[in-house]
Amino acid sequence: MDWLYVLMPISGVSIFWPGLIILGIGVGIIGGFFGMGGAWMVTPGLNILGFPMAFAIGTDIAHMAGKSLISTLRHGKFGNVDYKLGMIMLVGTVVGFEVGAQMIMWLERIGQVNIVVRWMYIILLALIAWMVFADVAKRRRKEKEALASGGELDKLATGLEWHKTFHKIKIPPMVHLEVAGIYCSAWVPIFVSFLTGWLAGILGIGGGLIRMPSLIYIVGCPTHVAVGTDLFEVMISGLYGAATYTYKGRVELIAALIMLVGAAVGAQVGAVATKYIKGYGIRVAFGCAVIGCLISVVFKLIPQYVPEIKRTCDVLATWFVLGVVTILSLYIAVNMFKGAAAEVRAKKASMGK
Amino acid sequence: MRKLWTKVLGLGTFISLLLPAMALAAGGGGAAPVVIVSDTRKLGGAFAWWANLYNESHVYFTIATIIIIPVVGCLFGFLADVVMAHIGIDLEHRDLAEH
Repeated sequence: MDWLYVLMPISGVSIFWPGLIILGIGVGIIGGFFGMGGAWMVTPGLNILGFPMAFAIGTDIAHMAGKSLISTLRHGKFGNVDYKLGMIMLVGTVVGFEVGAQMIMWLERIGQVNIVVRWMYIILLALIAWMVFADVAKRRRKEKEALASGGELDKLATGLEWHKTFHKIKIPPMVHLEVAGIYCSAWVPIFVSFLTGWLAGILGIGGGLIRMPSLIYIVGCPTHVAVGTDLFEVMISGLYGAATYTYKGRVELIAALIMLVGAAVGAQVGAVATKYIKGYGIRVAFGCAVIGCLISVVFKLIPQYVPEIKRTCDVLATWFVLGVVTILSLYIAVNMFKGAAAEVRAKKASMGK
Repeated sequence: MRKLWTKVLGLGTFISLLLPAMALAAGGGGAAPVVIVSDTRKLGGAFAWWANLYNESHVYFTIATIIIIPVVGCLFGFLADVVMAHIGIDLEHRDLAEH
């Protein structure tokens, strides 16, 4: 069964290549749908497949750049990308990312990279999951209250409305973001992009996991625009990240290209699925994904403190990541195919009349 | 407005607390950087060429990577466009507009 393994020329490890393609399809679907690179699954996924952590981070960022390019093009056609907002956030993202990437090299030198990255993952994921479900719960409460008073909740109503507080900041220059429908100080998206870029650089992710909820809850974008604009940012930060990590010698292009074969198909499916699923449906699925990811990272962290159960934890983490990717990909793909089938049927019916 | 300024100042303090960590990260500390050299003895053909490029110049290696990734991405995206358009999915409009 040697043909199922390919030797990675830089890191010198042999990798199960069908695993790379399957991982690529799964994260392609999820990334195109949620507006993120999917590094929170790919980095542990690559680590599980046998890549050292620093190579897992770099390789993931390299494949993410190509995949998010495909998704951005697709979302752009749907009108989901606010390019003006994306360009404003670009500087903060790049500066923040470089600071974060320098930090990860320093952590690697002092031998703390694994433990610091995993603890940061856990804290961030817990915060994001709480935020998403608090938002969903609050919106449901509002819905019930509106029904009790005999009315109906506005389609554009949201649960958490922190963005309204941030929109009160009137530090010039003020910007009008037409696609997102927002008028705010330019410093709000700049600050958000720097912070998310910095975290992205440290965690070795495109930043979508943090930026997508930040765009919704702090900047105030509608979900679909947050997804599309975020992918635009992931594409840029992914390309920049791929350049810096490649220059530092931490990218396996062969693995990135194998993953891209699967991710290209998955990204299209995920992006088209946003056509058929409502904004809050995306948010709930996103929250579930974050919880799944959180549990898998906990499994990877436990052996740092209880080394004797490392093997059990590794197996559990592997199954968990694969389980989360499979369930979410299936949910998104099934909804996409159902929606597409209905659209094609409707088209045929209207042509028959 | 006063509450808002308190929040902004709090945020500013938080960022200033992060700055020393950032400066330390950029400085790189005293340890020698980790240098990984590709072992080309087991490799042949394109893989050997690729690994040699990595060993000889990280600059050329980076430039090649940054060109290859978007080109391959665009190629796959174009192919998927052709397939989806053939199926009959409208790839230019989205009806849903809610949050």
